[in-house]
Amino acid sequence: MLPFSYERAETLDDARKAVSDGGEQPPTSAAVQFIAGGTNMSDYMRLGVNRPAHLVDINPIPDSSLRTIAITESEVRLGALVRMSEVEDHPGINQRCPMLAESLKLAASRQIRNMASLGGNILQRTRCEYFRETSWPCNKRDPGSGCAAMDGFNRQHAVLGTSDACIATYHGDFAQALIALDASVEILGQAGSRRMRFAELHRLPGDRPEIETVLRPDEIIVAIAVSLPAWAARSGYLKIRDRQSYAFSLASAAVALDLSEETVRDVRIALGGVATVPWRATEAEEALKGKALTEETATKAAEIAFSGAKPRQHNAFKVELGKQTLVRALMDVGQMRI
Amino acid sequence: MTGTITASAIPFLAAAADRPETARPSGSAGNAGTTVSMRLNGQPYQFSVDARTSLLDLLRDHAGLTGTKKGCDHGQCGACTVLTDGQRTLSCLSFAAMNEGREITTIEGLATAAGELHPMQQAFIDHDAFQCGYCTPGQILSGIGCVKEGRADNDADIREYMSGNLCRCAAYPNIVAAVKQARHEMEKA
Ligand SMILES: Cc1cc2nc3c(=O)[nH]c(=O)nc-3n(C[C@H](O)[C@H](O)[C@H](O)COP(=O)(O)OP(=O)(O)OC[C@H]3O[C@@H](n4cnc5c(N)ncnc54)[C@H](O)[C@@H]3O)c2cc1C
Ligand code: SF4
Ligand code: FES
Ligand code: FES
Repeated sequence: MLPFSYERAETLDDARKAVSDGGEQPPTSAAVQFIAGGTNMSDYMRLGVNRPAHLVDINPIPDSSLRTIAITESEVRLGALVRMSEVEDHPGINQRCPMLAESLKLAASRQIRNMASLGGNILQRTRCEYFRETSWPCNKRDPGSGCAAMDGFNRQHAVLGTSDACIATYHGDFAQALIALDASVEILGQAGSRRMRFAELHRLPGDRPEIETVLRPDEIIVAIAVSLPAWAARSGYLKIRDRQSYAFSLASAAVALDLSEETVRDVRIALGGVATVPWRATEAEEALKGKALTEETATKAAEIAFSGAKPRQHNAFKVELGKQTLVRALMDVGQMRI
Repeated sequence: MTGTITASAIPFLAAAADRPETARPSGSAGNAGTTVSMRLNGQPYQFSVDARTSLLDLLRDHAGLTGTKKGCDHGQCGACTVLTDGQRTLSCLSFAAMNEGREITTIEGLATAAGELHPMQQAFIDHDAFQCGYCTPGQILSGIGCVKEGRADNDADIREYMSGNLCRCAAYPNIVAAVKQARHEMEKA
């Protein structure tokens, strides 16, 4: 690991000021970077992938809004320093929106979930093996160097949202529940605070895969807000992986259903493990609206969700797996009593 | 023993001096060294270490607590599990400096001063829940966390909530049995 200096931020202002000269590059290649739970940052620093010269620890910041889970009639606001396990254990969230709690419960291990923050979770970097091992060419790690995964062993890689420069999967689970519910993020930077749709936070790789989000280096995620319609109680997260626990998804689906009898009034679908960014399947949602939920309509929606898939040599199985995962998630969630 | 030691940062900085100079942002104070105070198994400690030092390396190399094991150093095996303020965490994924003011419990801190084993330690012996023993300190700390979190009610929950601790000897069925026994003992206590 390269040497770096370490600083504890005592206030949000401290943290912002520490990166005031962080430059114009994306946060992941800036000289000064934040650390929260550290479970992604310390791992990627040890691998030589993340190379900050100065780390700003945001955990000592006392603001309770960073640590609070606040639920109202219509919304839940999750502070960025809330730990994954706190949401997983929260009775209100489990009841009002099981998909949120499940997407966290099925991620990583309990030790990691006790450490990892929600802000850090949504910004976690890809697990692409070639990205993690610095001896390989990788456009995301070293812009312009090429992509070793393209014609390498790409079984874990994405089939949706890929580009000629990068096919790395976005592996986070929680983000799928967030994008399905059209969550928003509160951000604080030099220019003050702003709120944006979570769906606009991550960038498709395109020809600049090293720019993963629209955040600037000085911007801190303060909170995530999710609106909770009553029907979010009929939701779930289905995650398919190589082993039953403690593994990233090969394919997953976050599904919420607003049903009137059998008919789909509204539906939210997001797909994990198969795309380069958190992936909402809007066209599949549209195909289901107003229809009865059956194996047949669910399968039709799944076909639509994967119609733009671009598999490579080893990951073609993800197209079929992804479809079946979505159909099963829809049928399972459709059976839920609320 | 006073419980307070200061580990010298000098050998680490000397090693760092061989590397090319890292560009530092102007205006940000500090060098690669950092100071941190914490309690280890009830005793106060202060360390002066290279910022790169993980909590795991601090425990093993600076505090001499080698009971906590390094399996992967990347969060993938659970061998380095400790309790941080009572919650199970992975010491390899935490920089030592991030643990200012925290209470860390390692395998060395579980038995009483008189040598009476923690119920989880006793249960691992009773159920023969290890073979080589390398994963065992991490399993035991994780098992304690699992019980405290209320996730040890049945075999399926124990398996799910202990999945962050790999055992290359595959002592899994015995580990599940041990956690179950310890849950009863811990609930009685
Ligand atoms: C073995 C292993 C298995 C895993 N399995 C899964 C899995 O199955 N599913 C899954 O979803 N995840 C999984 N993870 C990833 C894990 O969930 C993430 O590492 C974790 O959520 C990151 O959160 P953190 O607080 O530790 O982030 P950190 O490591 O502290 O930070 C991550 C990034 O976010 C930035 N950052 C953090 N907080 C903020 C903020 N408030 N504002 C701006 N920037 C910020 C940091 O600068 C850094 O770039 C796994 C990790 C490991 C090691
Ligand atoms: S898929 Fe993306 S992250 Fe992986 S090697 Fe190619 S460019 Fe790098
Ligand atoms: S050494 Fe920490 S998880 Fe393997
Ligand atoms: S007892 Fe050998 S690894 Fe678990």
